[in-house]
Amino acid sequence: MVKLLPLTPCSGLLPLEIGGVNVTEVVLERIYSVAPLAGKTMATSTALKEQIGLGLSAPNRATSNRSARMQWFGHRTWLVTAAVHLDGLAAVTDQSDAWAIIRIEGAEVEDVLARLVPIDLRAAPFKNGHTARTMLGHMSVAITRVGGQAFEVMAMRSMAGTLVHELEVAMRGVAARSNF
Amino acid sequence: MRLQSPEKTVYFTFDGQRYQGVPGEPVSAALLANGVKLVARSFKYHRPRGIMSAGSEEQNALVTVGRGAQTEPNIRATTLEVSEGLEVFSQNAWPSLKYDVMAVNDLISPFLGAGFYYKTFMWPKSFWEKLYEPVIRRAAGLGGLSGKSNEDHYEKAFAFCDVLIIGGGPAGLMAALTAGRAGADVILTDEDTAMGGRLLREVEDIDGQPGAEWAADAVVELSAMDNVRLMTRTTVTGAYDQGTFGALERIAGPRRADKPLECFWRIVAKRSILCAGALERPIAFPDNDRPGIMMASAVRAYVNRWGVAPGKSVTIFANNDDAHRTAHDLAAAGIRIAALIDSRDDVQINGDFPIYTGGTVTATKGRHALESITIAHSGGTRDIRTDCLAMSGGWNPTVHLTCHMNGRPTWREDIASFVPTPDSISGMVAAGACNGSFSTAACLQEGADIAAVVATDLGLKPKVTVPVADDSTYRISPLWAVPGKGRKWIDFQNDVHVKDIKLAAQENFRSVEHMKRYTTQGMAPDQGKSSNVVALAVLADATGRGIPETGTTTFRPPYVPVSIASMGAGSQGKGFAPQRMTTSHKATVARGAPMIEAGLWYRPSYFPAPGETTWRQSCDREVGFVRNAVGVCDVSTLGKIDIQGPDVAALLDFVYCNTFSTLKVGRVRYGLMLRDDGHVMDDGTTARLDEQHFVMTTTTAAAGQVMRHLEFVLQALRPDLDARVISVTEQWAQFAVAGPRSRELLNTVLDQELTNDDWPFMACGEIGVAGVPGRLFRISFSGEHAYELAVPARYGESLFRMLTAQTEMLGGGPYGMEALNVLRIEKGFITHAEIHGRTTAFDIGMDRMVSLKKDCIGQAASRRPGLLDEDREQLVGLKPVGAVKQLTAGAHLFEKDADAVRINSQGYTTSVCYSPTLETNLALAFLQGGRARHGEVIKMVDHLRGLTAQVEVCDPVFFDQEGGRARG
Amino acid sequence: MRINCPNCGERDRREFYYQGDALALTRPAPDAGPLAWNDYLHNRDNPAGDTKDLWFHEGGCGAWIVVERNTVTHAVHGTTLAHKVKR
Repeated sequence: MVKLLPLTPCSGLLPLEIGGVNVTEVVLERIYSVAPLAGKTMATSTALKEQIGLGLSAPNRATSNRSARMQWFGHRTWLVTAAVHLDGLAAVTDQSDAWAIIRIEGAEVEDVLARLVPIDLRAAPFKNGHTARTMLGHMSVAITRVGGQAFEVMAMRSMAGTLVHELEVAMRGVAARSNF
Repeated sequence: MRLQSPEKTVYFTFDGQRYQGVPGEPVSAALLANGVKLVARSFKYHRPRGIMSAGSEEQNALVTVGRGAQTEPNIRATTLEVSEGLEVFSQNAWPSLKYDVMAVNDLISPFLGAGFYYKTFMWPKSFWEKLYEPVIRRAAGLGGLSGKSNEDHYEKAFAFCDVLIIGGGPAGLMAALTAGRAGADVILTDEDTAMGGRLLREVEDIDGQPGAEWAADAVVELSAMDNVRLMTRTTVTGAYDQGTFGALERIAGPRRADKPLECFWRIVAKRSILCAGALERPIAFPDNDRPGIMMASAVRAYVNRWGVAPGKSVTIFANNDDAHRTAHDLAAAGIRIAALIDSRDDVQINGDFPIYTGGTVTATKGRHALESITIAHSGGTRDIRTDCLAMSGGWNPTVHLTCHMNGRPTWREDIASFVPTPDSISGMVAAGACNGSFSTAACLQEGADIAAVVATDLGLKPKVTVPVADDSTYRISPLWAVPGKGRKWIDFQNDVHVKDIKLAAQENFRSVEHMKRYTTQGMAPDQGKSSNVVALAVLADATGRGIPETGTTTFRPPYVPVSIASMGAGSQGKGFAPQRMTTSHKATVARGAPMIEAGLWYRPSYFPAPGETTWRQSCDREVGFVRNAVGVCDVSTLGKIDIQGPDVAALLDFVYCNTFSTLKVGRVRYGLMLRDDGHVMDDGTTARLDEQHFVMTTTTAAAGQVMRHLEFVLQALRPDLDARVISVTEQWAQFAVAGPRSRELLNTVLDQELTNDDWPFMACGEIGVAGVPGRLFRISFSGEHAYELAVPARYGESLFRMLTAQTEMLGGGPYGMEALNVLRIEKGFITHAEIHGRTTAFDIGMDRMVSLKKDCIGQAASRRPGLLDEDREQLVGLKPVGAVKQLTAGAHLFEKDADAVRINSQGYTTSVCYSPTLETNLALAFLQGGRARHGEVIKMVDHLRGLTAQVEVCDPVFFDQEGGRARG
Repeated sequence: MRINCPNCGERDRREFYYQGDALALTRPAPDAGPLAWNDYLHNRDNPAGDTKDLWFHEGGCGAWIVVERNTVTHAVHGTTLAHKVKR
């Protein structure tokens, strides 16, 4: 019997490095969206805490432990990176293949993202573990700070090419300024 | 002439002539240093013009930079930095700047005054477009575009701060120091290449230190602060709602292929401090536009900052004390002063040069550059030889940004100028010269005081320490226009002089807004920065009103011209819109399929086979695959929405006009979605995976709209419904497998054998696909025995390759959008060509689907009598029956013998195709009362393509009306 | 223009989709009659002053928001999640 071969959303597009900023693909094996039903937010959080050790994170925040990650993902919605059983508590939907996820890192990473993202991503207002649903160019994305000079960006899988293209143009612009 | 020899020089060209310049200095300084006075021709009269200012307010010295696709017209020579190899050209002159044939306009100027276009070229009306306008446009004008696609890079970017300080002169620097030292999050912008404002251009001490040095020290201190961001070469161009500002940055350094030229910033600030300074205004006297006549402050800037003498023998003409600095600075630099003319009688001036009080300049001479002036003074008249005249009519505070949101400035008699009206822009305060406080000491003090208030408001504890500086009072006695004959220019850039404004008043264009439109004063690229106040003073005088009563015109963004390229940066080419690619994209392109855009998605038109020369050949073959064997098509672009929760069936009953609560688990149903006005929004199939779990499909085009609609229903209309929706369009790669041999094909890739009993028409469920958990839906958009098979997107490409390889062994293959369209037209299935926003369920023959047993979106309005009228245009099929076999979409329908005129139109065609199955052209159409007219022969007329065809009206389902093939 | 999303905080207008008057929240009963439905579907005031309208944070968290603002001063007075207004 033949087997189906998996491909990641950014296969063939990354890695990319320009002027000290680099972009790599992040591959998370499993992602599920969790949308608590009416009046079940607390119960969902409790159940998640028992199952994966992480309750629902606060809005605009991402948390993690050794085995799983938890990320606020919009109005009444979170993402978790482990299988969970929340029957009667929340709508759980497989999103493992829906998102292209990249990590962008480097000294001028904030300058690069400032060319594309209309929110304040500087370290003081947007700390490690802060996450935002916003736009990158014309795309709807989720952005999370994962380090002093590192962010993770999630965009729709079908837009992986555009995501990489937009980042590349911004990275070239920033790099060109600092070396003349 | 240069006062000192520079350390480093480079070469640039002006109109092909090579000149030496200092890198970074403005081109205007370099031209003056080389003795070039004539740099431009004026807009309307083509008068010789020179350099007037030393900043972004420049009216005369507009030049073109670069060649070919890189040509940039209308660049101010005063803000353009000299770099090695820079190519600069004059504009609006032919054959050359010196011998411009259009200068004939100047000789006939008595006939070309304000409003002459309106009076002269009134009629014949048809002449305007064909003759007058092209001629006028060629004669009057600025630089031209290359007509080629712009190859340069531009950027846009976002920035945020607590305090935006606009302008880095003494007030701005002091504000930044005060706020920065207190720990505030500050952005300081200045349009110059360095911070300092007039401190870089005047001879003045701060705390016993030269002003320029004090500014440099301040920049060093500010640069060391993490909480302060300095942005030079950055002009704040507009103030917008909720603390948003636009700013244009000219990116430093010479032009290079990979480096953006400009960056357009959107800056968001909690508070802002306007420290934009003031602009010196000219005096209107006869022929005050000759090259060599400049603003006094510009003369000082060229001498003090760039070490360039704008003339060998300079005269000064002023109505205020400030201009006396000019004499002082010129004397200190060793430049000859021919005379100082002060329009005031009662002033004390000392100097080693001729001084005329109570004097005015009444005439000037010199064809391509100033040679002499005539003055009148208390002692009589006199001719003076001079090659540079420094004029000063006083200072206008730069209030522009405070007017961008409807604010009107306030007149201050003591300084004869407008100042900002407080609170014109929410969160903005003005400080320093732009607030009418002209002395350096006052600028420093106000900058510090206002920054302290702002910092305190932000919860910080600022300390105010202000250095000692000059505190002399500014004294002015207004002089707007020198009396007497001759053309006294006010708006140099648009060639408007005193008489034009008086003519406007005389012809009853007395309102300042009317005068502006009548004369075009203030409508040039500089937007009247230097001319507005003088113009309205002249208007006030001509209409016998005061200046405050006359008022100002509206200042609108942008403060300086902003290139469209920078505003649209990043949105050209690939950046115009995101490109959405299916998982089969690569494999599809590899097969040579031409891709077409469907919304943001890219989908194949058809898959060409060897030997095929037209798309129709490929399309007909692909239709044959599906009708006779099996075809495969990527349908992942259809919207897929996961819906879960206790009230999920109630939600679907509410958003679909038909009923879904009765749908059994493991079954799919077609659904029609209406808008609340009773018209069709979208359609698609929805599958029940479990009691409380559905997956809805939408059309590709309406996926976003439907998602927004479902969220609107759940959040805003029916929050009582407990259900959650989330898009899974991206999660699943989904392929249509259609045709009599579709089951055979699927059985080569599925983990279990398909049978008709287990998977009847409209069944759905989970199924293993080559070891991967997938979903199978037995649905058909072709009318054939067909399925849609979904797998997690990571396996999409692999499954597509597998399916296409297998289907070819069964005599089929992949099919594209063209074949998909033919297949659905043959079956009378609708798309957004039919449900285009004006059609109802009744129109498409689905009104019986609108359940009356429940409330649903659109139900109430869909019952309106007008929407159920039998005469409405209803969906029908059309087949050609005459000699002309071709049918076209968008053509109109008429009774067979009726005239093909608008009033007789009874409908229109929406979709057409050639059906290889039925070997004829087919059309779907909307026809008045169409359902009762099957069998009637009518006329289809396409006026655009010049086509008339006899057609027979029929049922829109052309093929397999009983639907047996899909169930087989 | 900037709008304060109750979930995300203050955001640029580009992230939002504009729907129209918040009147859309008061959908009539199915049998409310043609006049009520006509008002709901088609009739809108055009105030010079305070107004209440619906925005969708489409380029953000996906919340429907009722925005109270002033069409003359452009001030945004307040924002509320639509599902809370409705309740």
